Amino acid sequence: MTPREQLQAAAKERVLIFDGAFGTQIQERKLTEEDYAGKLGLNADQKGNNDILALTRPDVIADITRAYLDAGSDVISTNTFSANRISQADYAAEDQVAAINIASGKIARELAEEYSAKDGKPRFVAGAIGPTNKTLSLSPDVEDPGYREISFDELVAVYKEQAAALIDGGVDFILIETVFDTLNAKAGVMAVKQLENDLGREVPIMISMTLTDLSGRNLSGHTVEAFWYAVRHANPITIGLNCSFGADQLRPHVQVLSAIADTLLMAYPNAGLPNELGEYDEMPETTAALVKQWADKGQVNILGGCCGSSPGHIKAIADAVADVTPRNVPKPATEMRLAGLEAFVVAA
Amino acid sequence: MNENNTARFINIGERTNVTGSARFKKLIMADDYAAAVEVARQQVENGAQVIDVNMDEGLLDAEHAMTTFLKLIAAEPDIARVPVMVDSSKWSVIEAGLKCVSGKPIVNSISMKEGEEQFLEQARLCMAYGAAVVVMAFDETGQADTKQRKIEICKRAYDLLVSEGFPPEDIIFDPNIFAVATGIEEHDRYGLDFLEAVREIKSQCPYAKTSGGLSNLSFSFRGNETVRRAMHSVFLYHAIPAGLDMAIVNAGQLDVYDTIDPDLRDACEDVILMRALPEGSKHESATERLIALAESYKGKSVADEKAAEEWRGWEVKRRLEHALVKGIDAHVVSDTEEARAALEASGGRPIEVIEGPLMDGMNVVGDLFGSGKMFLPQVVKSARVMKKAVAHLIPYIEAEKDLLPEAERKSKGKIIMATVKGDVHDIGKNIVGVVLQCNGYDVVDMGVMVPWQDIIKTANDNKADMIGLSGLITPSLDEMVTVAEEMQLAEMTMPLLIGGATTSKVHTALRIDPKYKGPVIHVLDASRAVGVASKLLSDTQRDDFVGEVADEYVHVRDARAGKAEKQLMSLEDARANYYDAYLSDKPAPPLQPGVHVFNDWSMEDLRDYIDWTPFFRAWELHGNYPAILQDDVVGESARSLKADADAMLDQLISEKWLTARGVCGLWPCARDGDDVTIHRVNREEHVRLPFLRQQIKKSRDRANMCLADFIDPDGDWIGGFAVGIHGIDEHSARFQADKDDYSDILLKALADRFAEAFAERLHKHVRTDLWGYAPGEQLTNKALIKEEYRGIRPAPGYPACPDHSLKPTLFELLDAEANVGLSLTESFAMWPTAAVSGFYFGHPESQYFGVAKIGRDQLSDYAERCGIDLATAERWLRPNL
Repeated sequence: MTPREQLQAAAKERVLIFDGAFGTQIQERKLTEEDYAGKLGLNADQKGNNDILALTRPDVIADITRAYLDAGSDVISTNTFSANRISQADYAAEDQVAAINIASGKIARELAEEYSAKDGKPRFVAGAIGPTNKTLSLSPDVEDPGYREISFDELVAVYKEQAAALIDGGVDFILIETVFDTLNAKAGVMAVKQLENDLGREVPIMISMTLTDLSGRNLSGHTVEAFWYAVRHANPITIGLNCSFGADQLRPHVQVLSAIADTLLMAYPNAGLPNELGEYDEMPETTAALVKQWADKGQVNILGGCCGSSPGHIKAIADAVADVTPRNVPKPATEMRLAGLEAFVVAA
Repeated sequence: MNENNTARFINIGERTNVTGSARFKKLIMADDYAAAVEVARQQVENGAQVIDVNMDEGLLDAEHAMTTFLKLIAAEPDIARVPVMVDSSKWSVIEAGLKCVSGKPIVNSISMKEGEEQFLEQARLCMAYGAAVVVMAFDETGQADTKQRKIEICKRAYDLLVSEGFPPEDIIFDPNIFAVATGIEEHDRYGLDFLEAVREIKSQCPYAKTSGGLSNLSFSFRGNETVRRAMHSVFLYHAIPAGLDMAIVNAGQLDVYDTIDPDLRDACEDVILMRALPEGSKHESATERLIALAESYKGKSVADEKAAEEWRGWEVKRRLEHALVKGIDAHVVSDTEEARAALEASGGRPIEVIEGPLMDGMNVVGDLFGSGKMFLPQVVKSARVMKKAVAHLIPYIEAEKDLLPEAERKSKGKIIMATVKGDVHDIGKNIVGVVLQCNGYDVVDMGVMVPWQDIIKTANDNKADMIGLSGLITPSLDEMVTVAEEMQLAEMTMPLLIGGATTSKVHTALRIDPKYKGPVIHVLDASRAVGVASKLLSDTQRDDFVGEVADEYVHVRDARAGKAEKQLMSLEDARANYYDAYLSDKPAPPLQPGVHVFNDWSMEDLRDYIDWTPFFRAWELHGNYPAILQDDVVGESARSLKADADAMLDQLISEKWLTARGVCGLWPCARDGDDVTIHRVNREEHVRLPFLRQQIKKSRDRANMCLADFIDPDGDWIGGFAVGIHGIDEHSARFQADKDDYSDILLKALADRFAEAFAERLHKHVRTDLWGYAPGEQLTNKALIKEEYRGIRPAPGYPACPDHSLKPTLFELLDAEANVGLSLTESFAMWPTAAVSGFYFGHPESQYFGVAKIGRDQLSDYAERCGIDLATAERWLRPNL
């Protein structure tokens, strides 16, 4: 079976578990500039460049991944949210992009194999691709709304470089996550499509949108429904929502997506909303109880955590949904589904 | 058109097509994209469900025009909410367009004109970009004209696409609508052929859709809008039941089928459906009949075609608001000019257009945004409209400035704006920047990911008036703290403004404000930025504002002190880190030691010492006196309240309603650890005042303070006082009997203010006369309120001295009950209620502080020092545990 088929088979049996946040876990380890910089000799401070730890402190990344696998993750992600040429430029580490992604992919791959060998359960590796800090749909210049900081083709090249390295590192899927700009996601899809052409085989995509306001739109203004129609051509193995707000506020939007998405649904919200001091303080049991409601209603196939979540949260979620029947993937009618910022369905 | 038939029919807006709209073409050729965007908006407002964008014009760089226009409408949520149809005969233009369109658009069009290979290659790309596609009925031999060719070509294309994996539901066939009634006989069948082909294509190609460009049909009646509209409506009336799913139409220019003049309607129907003319018709053909009929409609303007949209008829203030809320900049300059001219005519100033209607409009935008009814791109757009309006006003404002004296002719102030290191979110910062610029501030925007070094350097190099930091993600909060720390290290004094989604007043008060001695202000949203900046740069308002905010933050910190998990030091360590006052500076012995009683202090005198700000706060009117009287929101209420208060003051003073009675004492003492022992004349035993010491871990060499630190162990002086306002009961009862709650509350609030004023006045008397360490002190009431004098008067139960149980000791020292009729309840509340008591510390370094959290070690130590059991101590000090 291909990884796509394996994941679909496993998802028929039970609600699968994704991992949780890397950022907060790394922060807790209070690493120093020396930890980050290692012996790479780069020309900028590396502190805060979490992704580079795959090269300089691989043990830390492996530890965290291990903690999530111990907590019950079936799907683990690479710590590569910002391991793209654009984000790494902030750390003068553009030249490390390929190395970071390969190393990060390998760490996750090896651990996935190790845990599968132990208990016979399949583990999957999602190569995580963040949105970069550039947006294709919005102008950073209020006086010139037609201005764009980056072009579609440039972004495709950036994503392609990262995706290719992740594949080299051994990931099963490419996870285009925290999509705040739908056009960025479309560029990501294009990059993977081109990669598939180059490789001559399928590279399954997971896509996860993030909402910026409670009405359920992302930063580029797309509703959840419009977003799904805008990326459905990617034939993603999972579609979902992550980050955004906590599970409590995400609930109505998961419900909307669940009803229309004819693929597996993966949701990994933040551990609540940050408090006034910017800290996430939702308890694992609270998060777990909230996401369990989605599972109980048959709205999700894969659950995990985003900002502020810990192995504790993942374990609590895994325990909470262990016996819940997973979502049945719906088969919507064949209709033309267009989208501007809002969805537009042309009835058959 | 019949409404029922059209319910599922899709209008594709055609006005944003240079080949279909002369006006749009003119705008694009003239590079007037702002007006072109308005055309798109109008289309959507008129009901277009998809908008067709076409830039195929020989003189245009179509790729550039296409991408420019698509990017511009992406910033217009009113337009971008509908899908786009990227329309060009050149694939390169289509592909460039696809790279700018999020959502799922339609490509218009591809065909087999250049053969199957290219057709499929383009189709694959459409799939990769995620677009539906219009397939023209066109093959290697040419465009399909007959019904049979239309069907054959479409079926062939369908099979090719589906076998390639193209989703059949994403295919739209355009079987070509050609002009009818051209006078050429072969053209007469075009309408009917199209209708019949559509029916057949829909049945042979499951899930596929059909579409057509409607304006071609009536091409021969160019210039005769009435006839064209009728033809289009009639054609759709028949095409929709035949299976036409969509058409490129001018959505605002379709008539309701039933309302078309029956003669015209029949004539159109005859032409389109190729119906035979009735026997004996005076015309040779249906075409000839329609042409003849058309003559009579020529030149008739269509009723409301050019009529202004409704909102253009509103009064100017409302138009400006509408333009800001909707982000429409088409008329904003003329509307702004109209508002300016009107103001000028009535003696107003150009700046009032900004301060009035424009800011009002922006406030509406702010409210809508705050309540989730607008989203970010719309707000950015509103800011742009605002900027245009302001740009128009600037020359007028400048001209006015030229008339001003030199000194007043500068920019209002220079503000450095930056998104802090580690964060890339700058939309909020940009909005604030625009709003500030609109209001005449110089904004130096440093962009995103700005390290503190650069921020500080730029601020200093530019001699900025303030710095604004922005951030959206939570780690930015820490970075802001770093900037504040570094600003302090750099010994800067300029105000620091904090803004951004994750920032909060609480975080600013708790984490940022303590790191920087200059003003630190949390700005809740962009609409507040101007108010904050103008206050900070105002000679008259700055101190009050900064003081008010600082007080607020102290309050936030106090409120939090109980909650936050702070690290405590051991009592021993805290004592080792005591405040090392320079004891040689201790005040000289009092000129008049001992206890002094004042049984009827002049109320007239106290009136001048009233601090009015807390008075207004008691009435939930927030703001500093006297600025509050001019406040936009509460000013009117504040003025009316003040007038009532003044009237009551006049009466209660002249009629001697109240009596101010107070007592103070000055005694020799010494520090003994954290206690102060008072040595009274003729008394054997000393009175012991146990004080509490801060135990929260301090940073940067700050001391763990205790009031005893301000007293010399080798002998010193301390004072105490208790004052009260007597006599309100009788009047209060009278008001209550009259059901006059307002006067009752007013009286009580005034009595409280008198008690505070008395404490202030008595303290001054002590400093200048009784203790006499500041004989020449000359301070205004404002300076007194700001505690600019030497020495402090901490009260039991307040942060520096939180234990209320010190009051009985103080009252005993003063013999307050016997001397001035002040008593204590069992829970140490004073009676009468308008009363203040406390200690006097005269050391110049003595200062207020909050004890905040203390540890168990201090609790048991304190219990021992007070000679009480642990449980009692715990009860008294609960808020500090």
